[in-house]
Amino acid sequence: MKGTVITITSGKGGVGKTTIAANLSLGLALKGKKTVVIDMDIGLRNLDMILGLENRIVYDIINVMENKVKLSQALIRDKRTNNLHFLPASQTKDKTSIKIDRFLEIMEDLKQKFEYIIIDSPAGIESGFKTSMLPADKIIVVATPEVSSIRDADRIIGILEANEKKDISLIINRISYQLTKKGDMLSKDDVVQVLSVPLLGIVPENKDVLTHANKGEPSILHQNSTTGRAFNNITRRILGEDVELMEIKEEKGFLKLLNIFKGS
Amino acid sequence: MILDFLLKRKEKSSEIARKRLQIILAHERTLNLPFMENLKKDLLQVITKYVDIDKENIKVNMNKLDNMEILDINIPFRQR
Repeated sequence: MKGTVITITSGKGGVGKTTIAANLSLGLALKGKKTVVIDMDIGLRNLDMILGLENRIVYDIINVMENKVKLSQALIRDKRTNNLHFLPASQTKDKTSIKIDRFLEIMEDLKQKFEYIIIDSPAGIESGFKTSMLPADKIIVVATPEVSSIRDADRIIGILEANEKKDISLIINRISYQLTKKGDMLSKDDVVQVLSVPLLGIVPENKDVLTHANKGEPSILHQNSTTGRAFNNITRRILGEDVELMEIKEEKGFLKLLNIFKGS
Repeated sequence: MILDFLLKRKEKSSEIARKRLQIILAHERTLNLPFMENLKKDLLQVITKYVDIDKENIKVNMNKLDNMEILDINIPFRQR
């Protein structure tokens, strides 16, 4: 087996990299693909919480890099799907503990065992990001329709292109129907025009994401949710299917009313 | 005049954002090109042989249009 490495990055923090990494890796696993997701945010790990696997961590990627444990001992199998494994970041070390040679060896090893290797890159343009992009076959840049996020995404794309990374695509996260309609948020077309990279998908702003994060159950496990469908669409596009872009809609009146009654 | 003012459409904040981004990114993309400093030096050397230019006000921008990259260099001549 020769797996594909996909690095998810953004430049700016807080735009949804980790949420997207969690959802897409689960999505690929649900489609039957042997997948591993790696948290490279050493010292500030969060992917474990989003995946709901924080209580199962014994060893982390730094332990593997330092040869304290075998790779297979650090991998955590997600029980909700048969196909997802998770390699956590270290919470106590910092990113100076990353050994690039060992990291690339681990990646090669994982490529033999998995079809998809998803790397959740840390924010910023420092060593953690640079290491994360090294083994990538494909890079997904995440941006929200905000000036700061788009500026940082452009900087990241510039660095990637300077490093001969050619397969770069964009996910626009947290698009608000109301704000776009009022003209107070850049539209997906505006963002694509400014950044001029191919669009892989869009994710509407939705409060469900918070609920799902609270519970440690990524949206893709809730196929009826709007965000769950958005992530499912993106997963299918990664697998090469031709899926139409989702329409960003207002929450339906009836559903809204229902939510008021539910008190949510 | 008053009617003009009343009818004038207020520019949407997203349009302002798009324009601001296009300007700043064109500028920043240029700064980050590895060969830019040398290119600028070489170009100036050639041009100053023929005309007197205002070195302080040279503007260099890199723009993207679909799949084409456009290098846009503005070199003002000095007033005689």
